[in-house]
Amino acid sequence: MEPFIVHTGRVAALPRANVDTDQIIPKQFLKRIERTGFGPALFFDWRYLPDGAPDPAFELNAPKAAGATFLLAGENFGCGSSREHAPWALGQYGFRAVLAPSFADIFHGNCCQNGLLPVTLPAKAVQELFARYDAAPDGYELTVDLLTTTVRDPRGFESAFDISAYRREMLLHGLDEIGRTLQQEDAIAAFERAHR
Amino acid sequence: MRTLFDKVWEAHVVTTRFAGTRDAGGPALLYVDLHLVHEVTSAQAFEGLRLAGRRVRRPELTLATVDHNVPTGDRRLPIADEIAAKQLSTLVRNAREAGIELHDLDSPDQGIVHVIGPELGLTQPGSVIVCGDSHTSTHGAFGALAFGIGTSEVEHVLATQCIVQSRPRTMEVRFLGRPRAGVGAKDLILALIRRIGTAGGTGSVLEYTGEAIRALSMEGRMTICNMSIEAGARAGMIAPDETTFAFLESRPRAPKDEAWIRAVDAWSGLRSDPGALYDRTVVIDAAALGPQVTWGTSPGMTAEITERVPDPADAPSEVERQSYRRALEYMDLSPGTPLAGLPVDRVFLGSCTNGRVSDLREAASVVRGRRVARGVRAMVVPGSQRVKAAAEAEGLDRIFSDAGFEWRNPGCSMCLGMNEDILAPGERCASTSNRNFEGRQGRGGRTHLMSPAMAAAAAIAGCLVDVREVISRN
Repeated sequence: MEPFIVHTGRVAALPRANVDTDQIIPKQFLKRIERTGFGPALFFDWRYLPDGAPDPAFELNAPKAAGATFLLAGENFGCGSSREHAPWALGQYGFRAVLAPSFADIFHGNCCQNGLLPVTLPAKAVQELFARYDAAPDGYELTVDLLTTTVRDPRGFESAFDISAYRREMLLHGLDEIGRTLQQEDAIAAFERAHR
Repeated sequence: MRTLFDKVWEAHVVTTRFAGTRDAGGPALLYVDLHLVHEVTSAQAFEGLRLAGRRVRRPELTLATVDHNVPTGDRRLPIADEIAAKQLSTLVRNAREAGIELHDLDSPDQGIVHVIGPELGLTQPGSVIVCGDSHTSTHGAFGALAFGIGTSEVEHVLATQCIVQSRPRTMEVRFLGRPRAGVGAKDLILALIRRIGTAGGTGSVLEYTGEAIRALSMEGRMTICNMSIEAGARAGMIAPDETTFAFLESRPRAPKDEAWIRAVDAWSGLRSDPGALYDRTVVIDAAALGPQVTWGTSPGMTAEITERVPDPADAPSEVERQSYRRALEYMDLSPGTPLAGLPVDRVFLGSCTNGRVSDLREAASVVRGRRVARGVRAMVVPGSQRVKAAAEAEGLDRIFSDAGFEWRNPGCSMCLGMNEDILAPGERCASTSNRNFEGRQGRGGRTHLMSPAMAAAAAIAGCLVDVREVISRN
């Protein structure tokens, strides 16, 4: 997993609440048996018109959102299905982090497994970021720093964000969770002896 | 004094001192008793194991089936979708190589993973059950701690038989009284989601209590726990009782003889102690509820069938006003329109929420002797081969077929529309499934969630209708 330490990049804003994983990656793309190739299918039903052309009305297709590596979204982002294809698609599209007031639990865990940082900010901070994005005609840039757990922009915005110490450490070092758990072989084997 | 959740959690903690974390709020390593696997979220996990040179630690605690991506038509025909066929054959190969029991398309035990676990007796009180599917919460109906995981976690469980979890909060959901005629488990859970919202349970395990829950069958309890995830909850749980034990006794994989007696003895202690504290309690008067139906694109957008489409202007916040407006536009509905009378094009009876024999019985009791309305395409997709066989033994298939329903083969089908069972753009569907998200049942499709009885009534009437009116015409 690619570590996340500090990243500066452009923002794409999707001011909608309860964006579900069926929207992030519709079911027709879940038949693949690989972990790759999902970027072009991200937000498929919203992103493309029925004839396959990009829908100019969709927020991610706005010129100022081109090349974005941060996705700014509304509350309860990633609700619904447990499909890990959702963070795969977001990451393969180019996002390094998603910033929102809240995330659904399974999606939050899936992001952390893939080096896609879920940044949980106070609702007021997210509102401020949406406003700053709207006020920047040519695009808006942010820095997300996992060492200091802060988000900032060049014009004075700064907000701390919440993430558990365990998740933070895994992401900072890009650690393999299975490898770490396997180091607990003695504890696992002892549990099995005691309970079987 | 501990809650049901506390008891199951604490019995499965392998260690809390690992991975370098020392803070008290850090995660625990939990042991997994049963790992359910299906074709859509497992291929990349098995591939990850292979690449890392790791093996499946406890294949005998793992059960696989095919459900999400299977055709529900004639099973003798080859699968037309090559990519789907490859995903299915990949699971066959992975299960064989790892020594995992698989119920493939030709198995008499094939079915939706959350239907076959309980019917085989593998879902047992007090166990920890995981699956790469959000509706794993279904199994909590037996007093298990059961939750959905992602593919990386599937790989983790395959390799270690453990899962890393932070300790959730607890929420008691108490349903007072007995529901009135025509109101069932689906109505209770939709009413809860309307009340607390689709993020109301985030970070929490819900425990359902109260007279209305005690009076429910195991199938009804599964319907409730199944949709805990639609309230954002990590899991839903119901303390096991005589109803639970009666359901499990004599199931193929339930304990037998002496072991059964010991198991029931142990399971009988799986209830929250009097005075145990929950982080939050929500109380709902079940006796005051009518049949529920969703009007929007989120399970929280629910109303009683006697209500009208709400006006976004009345929504409590700007975020919700925007969500309502967007939902009404997608659903092609105007504020103030009565929900009863909305014409439907399709009816879907099935899914891990409502694809069990009792659900089909409930629907058949409404359908018996009637005809599906002209212009409506209605289908029944049993939750498993066992459900299908049991329904056929009772003659339910004839009741549905005579009325004009299609009687199909088991799978997830139009609940998520991965196979060919999908809505066309603009079609309106009365559905017993669990999600009414935009495009869930097909791009541009419009889903209204409801109980099996309500969906059956909609098929007969050709529109959303209060099932109590249909029943009273008998």
